[in-house]
Amino acid sequence: MSELKIVEEAKKPLSMNPKKFALWLFIVSVCMIFASLTSAYIVRQAEGNWQLFELPPMFWVSSVLILLSSVTMHWAFLSAKKDNLEMVKVGMSITTILGIAFLVTQLMGWNELVANNVYFTGGNPSASFVYVLSGMHGLHIVGGVVFLLITLVATFRFQVHSKNLNLIEMCNTFWHFLDALWLYLFLFLLFNR
Amino acid sequence: MATTDIHVHSAVHGHDDHGHDHDHEHHEGNFWTKYIFSEDHKVIAKQFLITGIFWALLGGTLSVIFRLQLGFPDMNLDWLKPVLGGWITPEGKLDPEFYLALVTMHGTIMVFFVLTAGLSGTFSNFLIPLQIGARDMASGFMNMLSYWFFFVSSVIMFTSLFLQDGPAGGGWVIYPPLSALPQAIKGSGMGMTLWLVSMALFIVSSLLGGINYITTVINMRTKGMSFTRMPLTIWAFFFTAIIGLLSFPVLFSAALLLIFDRSFGTSFFLSDIYIAGEALPNVGGSPILFQHLFWFLGHPEVYIVLLPALGLSSEIIATNARKPIFGYKAMIGSMLFIGILSFIVWAHHMFVTGMNPFLGSIFMLLTLIIAVPSAVKIFNYVTTLWQGNIRFTPGMLFSIGLVSFFLTGGITGVFLGNSALDIQLHDTYFVVAHFHLVMGSASFFGMMAGVYHWFPKMFGRMMDERLGQIHFWITFIGVYLVFFPMHYIGIAGFPRRYYSWTNFETFSGFADLNMLVSIAAVATLAAQFIFLFNFFYSIFRGRVASANPWKSNTLEWTTPVNVGHGNWPGAIPNVYRWPYDYSKPGAKDDYIPQHIPFSETPESNLPGENEQIKLESSDGSISPDKH
Repeated sequence: MSELKIVEEAKKPLSMNPKKFALWLFIVSVCMIFASLTSAYIVRQAEGNWQLFELPPMFWVSSVLILLSSVTMHWAFLSAKKDNLEMVKVGMSITTILGIAFLVTQLMGWNELVANNVYFTGGNPSASFVYVLSGMHGLHIVGGVVFLLITLVATFRFQVHSKNLNLIEMCNTFWHFLDALWLYLFLFLLFNR
Repeated sequence: MATTDIHVHSAVHGHDDHGHDHDHEHHEGNFWTKYIFSEDHKVIAKQFLITGIFWALLGGTLSVIFRLQLGFPDMNLDWLKPVLGGWITPEGKLDPEFYLALVTMHGTIMVFFVLTAGLSGTFSNFLIPLQIGARDMASGFMNMLSYWFFFVSSVIMFTSLFLQDGPAGGGWVIYPPLSALPQAIKGSGMGMTLWLVSMALFIVSSLLGGINYITTVINMRTKGMSFTRMPLTIWAFFFTAIIGLLSFPVLFSAALLLIFDRSFGTSFFLSDIYIAGEALPNVGGSPILFQHLFWFLGHPEVYIVLLPALGLSSEIIATNARKPIFGYKAMIGSMLFIGILSFIVWAHHMFVTGMNPFLGSIFMLLTLIIAVPSAVKIFNYVTTLWQGNIRFTPGMLFSIGLVSFFLTGGITGVFLGNSALDIQLHDTYFVVAHFHLVMGSASFFGMMAGVYHWFPKMFGRMMDERLGQIHFWITFIGVYLVFFPMHYIGIAGFPRRYYSWTNFETFSGFADLNMLVSIAAVATLAAQFIFLFNFFYSIFRGRVASANPWKSNTLEWTTPVNVGHGNWPGAIPNVYRWPYDYSKPGAKDDYIPQHIPFSETPESNLPGENEQIKLESSDGSISPDKH
C-alpha cells in the first residue's frame, strides 16, 4: 500500500529473558517436589511410631560449606558485573570446589548415619526420609555443580563479563536457591524430630 | 505500522502463497530434522497429535475388551486368542488378572497419554505461538525434548503390555500396598515397575512442556497482545501449564517413594502386612500418605485434562455462533478460580479412608464451591450461543457436545462431593459415569472439536464436513448410552473394577443394562474409525483450505495456508483489539480480526475505542483521519 497508513500504536507487552524465566519456573517445580516430600514427612510423623535418632554432625559442616559457596558465588557475580574478570575466575573456582566439597561432606554424613545403625532401607520411615531428602537435594546439587562447571569454563573463555551476564546470573540464582533449599531441609529436619 | 521484527524468513517462504506443492525442497534441513527431531512447534504438535490418536485408539480398544466381559459374561472369547493369546483362558474367558490390567491401562492411557499429552501437547504447542504472535516456542530444543521424553515414556508403557505377567494392574491410581508388593498380583510385578519408570519420564516431559508454555505466553507475545486481548484458548493453556507445573512434581515424589518401597526395601507406605500367612518386615509406613500425595496431583490433573478443552470450545463456540464470547473476563476468572480450588479439594477422593469427618466436611464445602465457576462457564456458553448465527460445523457440534457433557457430568459431581452420600457411592459405577462424562468425554470432545477446527491450519486442507457430522452424532449418542445407564448401576451399589457380578444374586439384575452399555461402547469405538478415515484421507486428499476458512479473528488465521517455519512470511502482525469482535454492529463483515486497527473500522467503533486511536503514522507525523 503506497498511501500513508494511519494506525494507533500497539503497545509492547511486558517480557523478560525467556531463559531466566524458565529457570524460575524450574525452581518452582523443584520447590513443589520438596514441599510434597516434607509435607509427607509431617503427615507420616503425625501418625506416630516415629523413630528418633541424631542427625549426623557432618551436616553442620556441609551447611557451613554451602553457605560459604553462596557467598563466593555472589562475589563472582558482582565481580562479573564490574568486569573484574580475574576475581570472577577465582570466585567461580572456589564455588565449584565448595560445591563438590558439599557433596563429599553429605556422603560422609550418610556414612555417620550408617555407623549409627540408621539405614535407608529396612527401618523406620523417619530414617528413610533423611536419606531421601538429602539424597534428592544432592542430586540437584550434582546438577548445580555441572551448571557451575559450564559457567566456570565460560569465564575462562572470557565469555562472562558485564555485557554478557545472563549465564552467570542464572547460575547465581540457581546456586542461591540450592543453598536456601538445603538450609530449609536442614532446619526442617532439626526442628521436626 | 511500527515493525521491528526481523524478516529472516521472508526470503525462504515468499512463494508460500502460490502453492503448496513445491515448498518441500526449499526447506532447510533434511527429513530427520524436519519431521523427526524437529524444533518447530507445529511439527511437534502434530507428533503429539498422531501419538495421542494412536493411544486413544489403543485405550478405547482396551475398554471395549473389558466391556465385552462385563456386558456378555458368558461370551466365548476364543476369537480374541490370536491377539490376546494366553490372556484368554482355555474356557474362552478373559483372564481375571488381565481384566484388572486392562482397566488400569485404559485409565492410565486415557488420562495421561491421550488427554494430557495428546490434548495439551497438541494444542498448546500448535496454538500458543500462532495465537499470541510468536515465531516459535521460547525454547524449541526443550519443546523437542518434551516430545521425545513423552515418546520414550510411551514406548515403555506400550512395551509393558507385552510382558509375560502383563502390564500394571493396580488401577490407574496405583494405591499401595497392592501396587508395592510384587507378590500381591501379577500386575504389581514388572508391569508396575515399567509403569513407574514410564510415568517418571512422562512427568519430565510434562514439566518441560509446561515451563515452555508459561514462558512463551508471558514473554513472547506480539505487540499489542495484552493479557486482556489473549484468546481464551491461550488463557486455558496458560492455567493448565501452571497447574501442571505445581502438581506433577508431587506425583513425582509419590512415585519416587513408591519406587523406593518396591525396589529398595523402605517402608514409606507399607506396614504390618501379612501375605499368605507370612509377615513382611516392613513396619511404620502409611498407605494413606500415598493417597494424599497421589490425589494432590490427581485432582488438579482433572483440570489439566479439562481446561484446554474448555479453552478450545470457548474459541470455537464464539467463532461459529458469530458472537463475542459472553463474559470474557468471567470466563478467565472462573478458570482461575477452578485452578485454585483444584489444589484444595483432593481429599474428597478419600472420604472413606477413615478421615476425620470434620475435615471431610471442609473438603466437601470446598468441593461444592467448584460448582460456582463451573456454572458460570456453562451459563456463558449458553448465552454465547443464544441468538447467534450458529454454523453447525463438526468442530462446533463437538464443542456443544462438550458443554452438554460438562453439565450432565458436573451435576453428579454435586452428589459425589457430599461426604455422606459418598459412603454409598464411593467406587461405584456412579463415580465411573460421573468422571467419564465430565472429564473423559467432555475433554475428548474438546480435543475432537480442536482437531476439526484447526485441521485447515495444521494440514492446509479441510476435513469432510458430512463425515464429521456423522462421527459426532454416533459418538454423542453412543457416549450417553454408555454412561447414562451407569448412574443407575452405580446407585444400585455396583462397585467398579469388578471382573464379574453374575456370581452375586444382588447384582445379577442389571445384566441387560450392562449389555446395552457394552453394545453402545462397541458402536462408539467403531464410529471413531469414521474420524480416522476422514483425518488421514483429508491430510492428503482433502479440499484445499483457504487461509481463514471459518472467518475467525485470531492471529493464526493471518498466516498463509501452509504455515512455514517462523509462522509469518513477513512481519508478525500487531494486535489492536480483543479476539471476539464478531457481528459487531456497523461493521461491514461479521468479524474483525485482531490485527485490524480501530482506525480502519470507524464505522463500528464504540466510543471508548475511538479514543484509543492515536492518530500517529509510522513516521511519527500527525495526519488527519483518512476516512
